[in-house]
Amino acid sequence: MKITVDEEKCCGAGQCVLIAPEVFDQRDEDGIVVLLDAEPAAEHHGLVRESASVCPAAAIHLDEA
Amino acid sequence: MSIPEHVLVVGASAAGLTTAEALRRKGFGGRLTLLGAEDAAPYDRPPLSKQVLSGAWEPTRAQLRTADALDALDAEFLLGDPAVALDAGRRSVRTAFGAAVTADAVVVATGLRPRELPGQDGLRGVHVVRTVADALALRSDLLGAGRVVVVGDGVLGAETAATARSMGPAVYLVGPQPAPMTGQLGPLAAGHLADLHRRNGVALRTGVLLDALLSRDGAVTGVRLSDGEELPADVVVAAVGCSPATDWLADSGLVLDDGVVCDARCRAAEGVWAVGDVARWHHRGLGRLLRLENRTNATEQALAVAGDIMGEDRPYVPVPYFWTDQYDVKVQVFGLLSAESRAEVVAGDPAEGRFVVRHEGPRGPVGVLGWRMPKQTRLHRASIVDHYTRPLENAAP
Ligand SMILES: Cc1cc2nc3c(=O)[nH]c(=O)nc-3n(C[C@H](O)[C@H](O)[C@H](O)COP(=O)(O)OP(=O)(O)OC[C@H]3O[C@@H](n4cnc5c(N)ncnc54)[C@H](O)[C@@H]3O)c2cc1C
Ligand code: SF4
Repeated sequence: MKITVDEEKCCGAGQCVLIAPEVFDQRDEDGIVVLLDAEPAAEHHGLVRESASVCPAAAIHLDEA
Repeated sequence: MSIPEHVLVVGASAAGLTTAEALRRKGFGGRLTLLGAEDAAPYDRPPLSKQVLSGAWEPTRAQLRTADALDALDAEFLLGDPAVALDAGRRSVRTAFGAAVTADAVVVATGLRPRELPGQDGLRGVHVVRTVADALALRSDLLGAGRVVVVGDGVLGAETAATARSMGPAVYLVGPQPAPMTGQLGPLAAGHLADLHRRNGVALRTGVLLDALLSRDGAVTGVRLSDGEELPADVVVAAVGCSPATDWLADSGLVLDDGVVCDARCRAAEGVWAVGDVARWHHRGLGRLLRLENRTNATEQALAVAGDIMGEDRPYVPVPYFWTDQYDVKVQVFGLLSAESRAEVVAGDPAEGRFVVRHEGPRGPVGVLGWRMPKQTRLHRASIVDHYTRPLENAAP
């Protein structure tokens, strides 16, 4: 799994950080998503998929190939 | 209840599409149909009053998913054909073009319809903002406008006033509250919002209602307010709230009362669920019916509904959340604030234009509001989770 985030779309809701704190963080100043791990281990995949689905800006893209 | 073979989702926007995706992710392998009134591929609404209205984004940028991602969903999309009736007992939906779709599970995700101003019908220059077509029509009128009046001081009115102002015209923001969004932000932050609008050159008219639209030759020329003041305008924006889009459910047998009334698992009837802005469900943590009009609820409730369809059998008890972007300020609110709750600054400093406020109710913290402090706001969210998720003790059934 490879994750990309669209910083311009991100609205800083932090839903992804609440769900998968080992993969996502937020910048201090504006709350924009920070990708901690673009290719996380399999044990995180479920929560990453949930983050992508919950993200209210559709800013998290997953390449599952 | 067994897992259905065919799920029909009515309303193909944030809540409906996310329900469909979550069903697939949770392993639903049956037939999936999405019915939507709009022609366009599913798109996101928050950018409409922000980047799409200002022109910073091409409208296609607001699309929720790529064509490939929609294909991968393996669902049948019936777009541009609104549902006109539901038989809840048979779980059968009829459309405007005469199609009939019967399924084992029906998910109502039809959102809201904007309220119009009295006398607005057919008048040029008066706009609502709910769809991408609305946003583009307003944008094109704003580009040539000298004066704009935004009627309505909730989140949509305040955001639209901010974006319109950034496009050049003189802007009035009109509403009944002492400051814009007082009901959603509490008096402290709403006062800062009023200052922010004034600093950016928006003229506020507070504590007043619209008395009448003024017009000549079928085009709006201004508004008259309840205190008698008249404001000239080439463009008037109606941002006076929305009603749940439930007219098509009138004979369905579902309970309709400010939305589709649901139990704690968002079930409206056997095999029928409601999700998103249209759903008024029993929030167990609060012990009452609640309907939320915000983007995060649309997706979180969609996950809950998909989970319940797949037999997870858990009540939906979210911590409400919404954000708004106005000028260079992002405001975020976790929980439900009220004018009665006591507000206390817990991080930052209002004088410096960055702060977090916690609202205390009689039973402890009920809400956290952040002003240009997203990360700290999220960290303070932890203090209110209990209020929404712990079961009520001694509460009436
Ligand atoms: C301009 C604007 C800005 C916003 N900004 C923010 C923000 O900054 N932050 C935030 O948290 N929230 C914001 N929101 C709110 C957020 O967009 C909504 O909460 C969200 O769109 C709700 O999703 P939904 O799928 O429940 O309803 P909707 O998005 O309203 O979708 C309902 C869909 O159902 C369709 N439909 C209706 N009737 C029928 C029928 N009879 N048959 C078939 N289809 C039907 C509609 O055409 C529509 O496509 C904003 C909303 C608007 C309009
Ligand atoms: S959930 Fe989406 S919008 Fe929110 S911080 Fe994460 S990427 Fe950004």
